[in-house]
Parts: sequence; C-alpha cells; structure tokens
Amino acid sequence: MRFFQHLGTYILFLNRVFTKPEKWKILWKQIVFESNNIGVGSFNIISLISTFVGAVSTINIGYQLVSGLVPEYLIGRIVRDSNILEFAPTITALVLAGKIGSNIASEIGTMQVTEQIDALEIMGVNSSQYTSLAKIISGLFAIPLLVIYAMCLSLLGGAISGWASEIISIDLFVKGLREDFNGFNVFFCITKAFFFAFLITTISAYQGYRTKGGALEVGISSTKAVVYSCMGIIFFDYILSQLMLF
Amino acid sequence: MIKLLAINKKFEDRNVLNNISATFYKGKCNFVIGASGCGKSVLMKCMVGLLTPDSGSISFDQRDFVSMDYEGKKSLRQEIGMLFQGTALFDSLSVEDNIAFPLRTFTNLNETEIIERVNFCLNRAHLVKINKLMPSQISGGQKKRVGIARAIALNPKYLFCDEPNSGLDPLTSRVIDHLIKEITEEYGITTIINTHDMKSLFEVGDNIIFIHQGNKWWEGDKTQIRQSGNKELLDFMNASEF
Repeated sequence: MRFFQHLGTYILFLNRVFTKPEKWKILWKQIVFESNNIGVGSFNIISLISTFVGAVSTINIGYQLVSGLVPEYLIGRIVRDSNILEFAPTITALVLAGKIGSNIASEIGTMQVTEQIDALEIMGVNSSQYTSLAKIISGLFAIPLLVIYAMCLSLLGGAISGWASEIISIDLFVKGLREDFNGFNVFFCITKAFFFAFLITTISAYQGYRTKGGALEVGISSTKAVVYSCMGIIFFDYILSQLMLF
Repeated sequence: MIKLLAINKKFEDRNVLNNISATFYKGKCNFVIGASGCGKSVLMKCMVGLLTPDSGSISFDQRDFVSMDYEGKKSLRQEIGMLFQGTALFDSLSVEDNIAFPLRTFTNLNETEIIERVNFCLNRAHLVKINKLMPSQISGGQKKRVGIARAIALNPKYLFCDEPNSGLDPLTSRVIDHLIKEITEEYGITTIINTHDMKSLFEVGDNIIFIHQGNKWWEGDKTQIRQSGNKELLDFMNASEF
C-alpha cells in the first residue's frame, strides 16, 4: 500500500517539476552548472571502473574459452556484446546512482531542512522545479554520454588486458569486435542509459525533496535515493531487455 | 493590513491553533509572542501559505489568501518578504546572487539595474563589500542582514520575521530590531515578527499578540502589557526579563 502512496506522490512531484520554468535563462545556467557537476565530475570514476570492467571481462571470458575448438577472436566479440548490452550501461548507472543520486538527494534534502525550499515557495518559485528540473535534464544528457564513453573505454580496457595477459592479440580482439556487429545493440545501450538517467535523477530528487527533520534524515534520504535508484535500474534493465531484445 | 479570522489548525488529534483572529497593521511592527511550541510558527506558516489552515480566512488587504488558486498565491507571494530563523540563504549562491535571485526571477531588470538594486538593499541593511562572499563566509548577524536585504529586494508590502534574533548576541539583536523597524516605517510595510525576546518587543514593538497553548491569550500594545493582569503573559514576560 505504501508503495502506491509513494508512486502517487512521486508522479505528483514530477508533475510539478515538468512545468514551464519561470525564466529559461536561469534554467539554462543551472543546466550548464549541473552538466559539469554530473558529467565532468563523474569522468574519472567512470574511466577507472569501465576500463577495469572491460579488462576483467576479457580475462574471465578468456579463462572460460580455453578449448582449442573455439576461435580466439570470439573473446573480442563476447566482450563487445556483454559490455555494450549490459556492463557499460548497467554498471555505469549503478555507479552513478551512488555518486550522483546521493549528491542530488543530500543537496535537495539539506535545502529542505534548512528552510531554503520554504524560502523559494514563499517567494512564489516552484521549488520542485527549481531544485530538480536542471538536474534531471543534465542527467538525461550527461549519463548517456558517460555510458557511451564507458562502452568505448571498456572495449579498450578489454583489448589491453587481453594483450597484456597474452590471452588474445590486439588484431584478433579487434577482429572479434568487428565481426557481425549489430548497431541495434548500441541503440539499446543508449536507450537503457536514458531510462537509467531518468530513474537516478528523478528518484533522488524526489527522495531529497521529501526530507523532513535534520542531518540524520538527510543521510537517510541519501541512502534511500541510492537504494531505490539501484532497484529501479535493475528492474528496468530486465523489463527493457525483455521488451527490446526478444 | 493582514486580517486573520477564526484560524484553526490541527495536526492529527492535536489542536495547534484554536480560533485565532487578529489584525496586523501597515507600517507597524506587529509582534506575535509566546513560549516555544505555543503555535506561533504554525500561525506564521499558515499566513505565508506553507501550511493551509483547517478553517478560517487570511486576508492581505481584502484579498483572501486561503481560497486563492495557485497563480493568485504565487502572485501575492511576490509581495511577501520573509526573514527565516535560520536565514535560509541559498548555500550555492553568493550574497549578491542571493539578493538578486528574486529580482532575476520575477523582474525584467537588466543585470546593471539588478546589481544596483542589490547594492541598495545591502546598504539599506548596513552591509558593504560582502557581495561576492558565500553565506558560509559571513557571520550570523551578517546572514540575518543579508536575509533582510533579500526580503526587501522586491519592495514587499508584507514582511514576516521568524525569530529574527535567535542565535545573535544582544547588541546585534538590537541592530537587527532597529533595522526591521526602520524598513517597516520607511516603506510602510506590514511587518509581523515572531519572537520570545521581550527586549525586542519593548524596543520596537507596536502591536502585540500573545499566544498561549494555541489560543490568542492577549492583544494590545507594549504600554499595556504590564497592566494587563494576564497571569500567563506576566509570567512569560517576567521569565524573559532576567
């Protein structure tokens, strides 16, 4: 029952967020600021994680395909498909749920408990929109770009680790990457990234906005934002895979 | 002028405000006093629209606020300035941007005019050379004054101050009191001040409402307080005096 109550208030919250802004110029400035915060601010962690995910997936697949009956270049193909279809969008989204989600929830939650949201409302500003819309739009731009970047880096990391651990040569790995390439997989990956970006930013903004109390509750909201965002990502990962791949 | 008529507010089973009626006058510092938890903050939140009273009406110069639609409330709120107990300055914006915020949002002034207005408001609040500082870099007293400067940026008709002296030393408290008084009289603002600081009240108070356990217990001006004969009010006042 509480789930439906939350779902209702979440939808009402989104209804207030997606209304015409008071001044487009102010929104644009916020979007630029938040895009830098979300996109550029997450660059290092995504670089590190995606490179190592690609590297580890090459080693794992190489370890399992020891039989001489399977051509080596298939390692590149499996690394490509597993990273494009699953690892790049899902792991990136889970990492960003932790980094961006907690940041959004704690920022808005702190504004709530320090009466900054009340100040906005008293001025006649739509506080849901002012605090959240720019973050959501920035997330919808930045997160898919980060996923594309993660996808490329994971393949690079896979190629380097395959070569460094003598599992597969770079040439064969690249041959595997190019073999039977299906552009729809990249489309699927970006579609997932958009969904995940929407979930991370809206769930976190909603959790932050409904914070009441003090510092303790800000921490709780921040934790809930990460947990519910991750749950949403996993659930929609399954739904989208089912709908788009079969 | 703000008129309250039979305001009631209940949280679950607890009556927080019982049938409160009052009038707050233009160009005067109207004080709402009472012990912590008596309901004065809830009353103020009802007046500015952060809470909706269960029954009763609140009219701002004959405009009923409670029954207004969202757009009407939004437009009326641009005539309201509020100084919060914790100042509620936006952490991510500099002092200048905090004061410029309502101007950038609700007016069509160009950037030069906005900065001129910001500087005027800062000067009016007796603040200089802090435009570029962040709220975390200024003192509590300065934060209150920036809060006042932000509250008067749009030339409000109504100014609400929630515990304006909390957390301030006595000297700074008097400075803030006099600043509020000056602004109120100079611009003919209807100012409502929630406080339990009796020194403030005797210093700048014009009309006073004493709230006790959610009820309007006494109403008058500061010259009548000591002769009121109201036990709860006198106890409250005597406890505050030392």
